[in-house]
Order: sequence, then C-alpha cells, then structure tokens
Amino acid sequence: MQGPAQIVVDQVSHLYRPPRGREVLALDAVSLEVRQSEFIALLGPSGCGKSTLLYLIGGFLPVEKGEIRVDGKPVGGPGPDRGIVFQHFALFPWKTVRGNVLYGLERQGMAKAEREKRAMEYIELVGLHGFEDSYPSQLSGGMKQRAAIARTLAFDPKILLMDEPFGALDAQTRGLMQMELLRIWQRTPKTVIFVTHDVQEAVLLSDRVAVMTARPGRIKTIVDTKFDKNDPDIFKNKTFVEKVDEVWNLVKDEAIKAQGKRSA
Amino acid sequence: MTRTLIRYLPLLLLALVWEMAARFEWVSNTALPPLTDVVRAWIELTLDGELLRNSASSLYRIAGGLGLAIVIGTVLGIGMAWWKPVNVLLAPIVEVFYPVPKSALIPVTVIWLGFGDGSKILLIFLGCMVPVTIGAFNGARASEQVMVWSARSMGASKLRVLWDVVMPGAMPELLNGIRTALALSFILLVSSELIVAQKGFGYLIGSLGAGGSYDAMYAVVLTVAFLGFAADRAYLEIVRRTLAWRSVA
Repeated sequence: MQGPAQIVVDQVSHLYRPPRGREVLALDAVSLEVRQSEFIALLGPSGCGKSTLLYLIGGFLPVEKGEIRVDGKPVGGPGPDRGIVFQHFALFPWKTVRGNVLYGLERQGMAKAEREKRAMEYIELVGLHGFEDSYPSQLSGGMKQRAAIARTLAFDPKILLMDEPFGALDAQTRGLMQMELLRIWQRTPKTVIFVTHDVQEAVLLSDRVAVMTARPGRIKTIVDTKFDKNDPDIFKNKTFVEKVDEVWNLVKDEAIKAQGKRSA
Repeated sequence: MTRTLIRYLPLLLLALVWEMAARFEWVSNTALPPLTDVVRAWIELTLDGELLRNSASSLYRIAGGLGLAIVIGTVLGIGMAWWKPVNVLLAPIVEVFYPVPKSALIPVTVIWLGFGDGSKILLIFLGCMVPVTIGAFNGARASEQVMVWSARSMGASKLRVLWDVVMPGAMPELLNGIRTALALSFILLVSSELIVAQKGFGYLIGSLGAGGSYDAMYAVVLTVAFLGFAADRAYLEIVRRTLAWRSVA
C-alpha cells in the first residue's frame, strides 16, 4: 500500500441512455484509486455499472461528470496504455491467433522480425503453442480467451482491464484460467482492474475487492484480500474462506436489492 | 469430375431434346433452329471476329459499371452505417430508388450520355450500386462494438478501425450484395443494348434477330447465358477464398 495512485476515479457519475425508455443513473459519484501493479476486482450484482466503470477507464465511453486520470492525465479516449479483455473475447474472426496477436504490435509500429518473435512468445506464454495458425472459430472458449489475453498482453499495456473475462467459460476451464492468470500476472506484473460477479474469483485473484452497490452503482466498501495465495489447497485455506465469507456478506444484500429491482 | 458430369446431365438431355424438337420439326425452325446449326453459327461468328468485337465492348461496359458500383456503393454503405449524417442524407434516397425498375432509366441515360458506352456504364452503375450499398450498410452496421473497442485500445485510429475491423466484418454481407449486382449487371447490359446500341451482345442479338439469322441469334444468347453463369461461378470461388476463415471450423 505505497506509492501514488496510477488510476484515479474522481466523483464519476454516468447516465445510461437506452435507445428506448428512460435514462438510468448507472454510476453515482464513484471514487476509486488504484496503485501501480495492483490487482483490484470490481465486484457487484449484474447491472450495478461495474462494466460501465471499466469502459469509462478504458476511454470507450465519454466521462461526462467527474474525472478519471491515468498517470495524472485525464482519460480522453482509448489508448495502448490500457489493454482490455472482454467476456466474449472480441477476437477478429478473420485473423488467425497469430494475426490477432500481431495486430496490436503492428499498430504500435514494431518492426516485423521483432513482432513475429514477440507474438510467438505470448502465444507460448498462454499455452497456445501449435494453435498459432488456427482461426478463432476453431478454438474452444478457453482457448479463445487465452488468445485474447495474449493479444492484449503482447503490446504491453501498463494497465489491464478485464471485463468478466472468464464469465463465458465452463466451471473447470474457468478454474484453470484463474490459476493461469495468476501465473501470468506474477510473470508480467501489471495494474489489473478485473470486473466479476463471482466472489471466490474476486478474492482468489485480487489484492483488493471493491464491492459495488446495486444500481445506481457506488463503491460500497473496499476489502483487502492480499494474503499468501500459493496454498495448493487455497479453496480450503482459512484466510481465503473467511475473506470469501466477508465479501459475500457485503455483496449479498446488493444482489437481493438488484433482484428486487428487476422483478419490480 | 464424374460428379460434375452427372450434375449437369440434365443440361445435356435438354440439348438433346432441343436438337430433336428442331430436327423432327415438332416446332418450326424459325422459332427454334437445331442446336447443331446454332453451334455452326457460333463458330462462324467467332471466326469472323464479330462475336469477339461485341463481347469486348459488352464486357468493358460491365467492368466499368460494376467496378464503379462496387467502389462507390461500398463507400456509401459503410459511410451510412458509420456516420449518422450520411445515413440521414442517403437513406431516403436509397429507399426510394431501391424498387425503381432500373430498365426504366435506359432512355434517361441515353439522353444524358448518348448511344455509346457511357449510357450503358451509367445504367449498370446506377442499378448495381443499390445492392452493393445495402450489403455494405447491413454488414457494417452489424460490426461488433467490442471488436471496434479492442482495435482502438491497441492503438488503431478511427479511420484505421474502419478499414481493419468494419470492412472485414462487413465482407460477408457486402460480397452477397455484389453477387446480386453481378447478375443485375448482365440484365441491364443486354436490355440497354437491345434498345439503343451500335455494338454489344444486346445489339448483336437484336440485329441478328431482325435480319432473320435465328441460329446466329441463338448462338449469341447462349454465349451471354454461359458468360453469366461462368462469372457467377468464378465469383463464388473468389468469395469462398476471401471468406475462408468462416468455413474452417
């Protein structure tokens, strides 16, 4: 817990305007600070605006009220300092795994020989060696997400934004990918903002968990979840179980509120 | 090879029935000259260069009109999908122009550009632009937000995203639109040449028919039919290769 904040979200509110119907306050005066190389999870019930907050930090949506600063500079649009991984991968289906990973490197203007080498490095890092010439449609969900992670890591963003990246995967694959992400993160430490609605996932992966309220989204509280996670039996580990319990109790009320709002 | 042969066997049967119907005069030879006579006429037309000359000017018109339609239609369609003002400006025009029978424009294009290549190219261009524009529009509109965002976060400019993400995403629909345009281009070509032209397939069919050389007329009709078929087949092969990434799974 030292050093100045790399990402500062300062009193940000966001109105969601659906094509039809009334506008909804998605985020209400959210403030959050994230330090360099920190892994923080945004946890909350669906519809709480956690993905919206991520898209605002990514610069994909305009900040209309409040301010978001990355390394002291206000966010004005997307940029290669902030890489993103989406739930549904967002791979380019007309490019091979290699082509997808190369894309960001080409946009960065990296020399050909260097980017070829680098692409293969990251394809190997995520365990896709031998699949570099496959198209996304030939890969399983887990492999697609590995490819998407390789694509984002390869151009070396300082910040990694992850939008429920394992939400579309089956339980076994999800468990493996979580371990894999921890391994990769330990090798290439980056600031990670990880959106999820899975309490165990949040506690397992992150240093801190920001629990968000049901709509309109606010940060309800931030739980410190940094402890030694190298226990092979982590899911039975006492600290882990306690933390999951603590976070779950915080998020439960919000989930119930969100349910009530939807059925109302 | 054998499968292709079996597949087109009905055509061979049709040719046989044609020949018999003419030879045994089930129908009059003016209405349907024997196929063998048609083939002989085709060889003569080819040898004296008549067919080649007229093919060349027809294909030039198709290439010109269709080429322009593909380029401009693609730009308009993607523009409409990507920039609201372009859509507001063009959508009603495309909507109203869409159902107009393009052959009704034949006299108009002649008044504008005369009897030569210009009027045919303009007509084909106007007709073919519609399906190309609609294909490009539908394809580009369906481009996925997250893919666009991914490309932007990797450092692609907005224009770059259009070329790298929106274009390939629109490709399947666009290529479909172009296939419709390709078929339409032959229809518009021959109709306009039949009405006002001094060369081309339509002109040749019209003048041979008027002169009573029915076997030669049929020869040209069959040539156009075959070219249309071959163009479509060749086009489908191009599409198959371009969209190879879709069929690998």
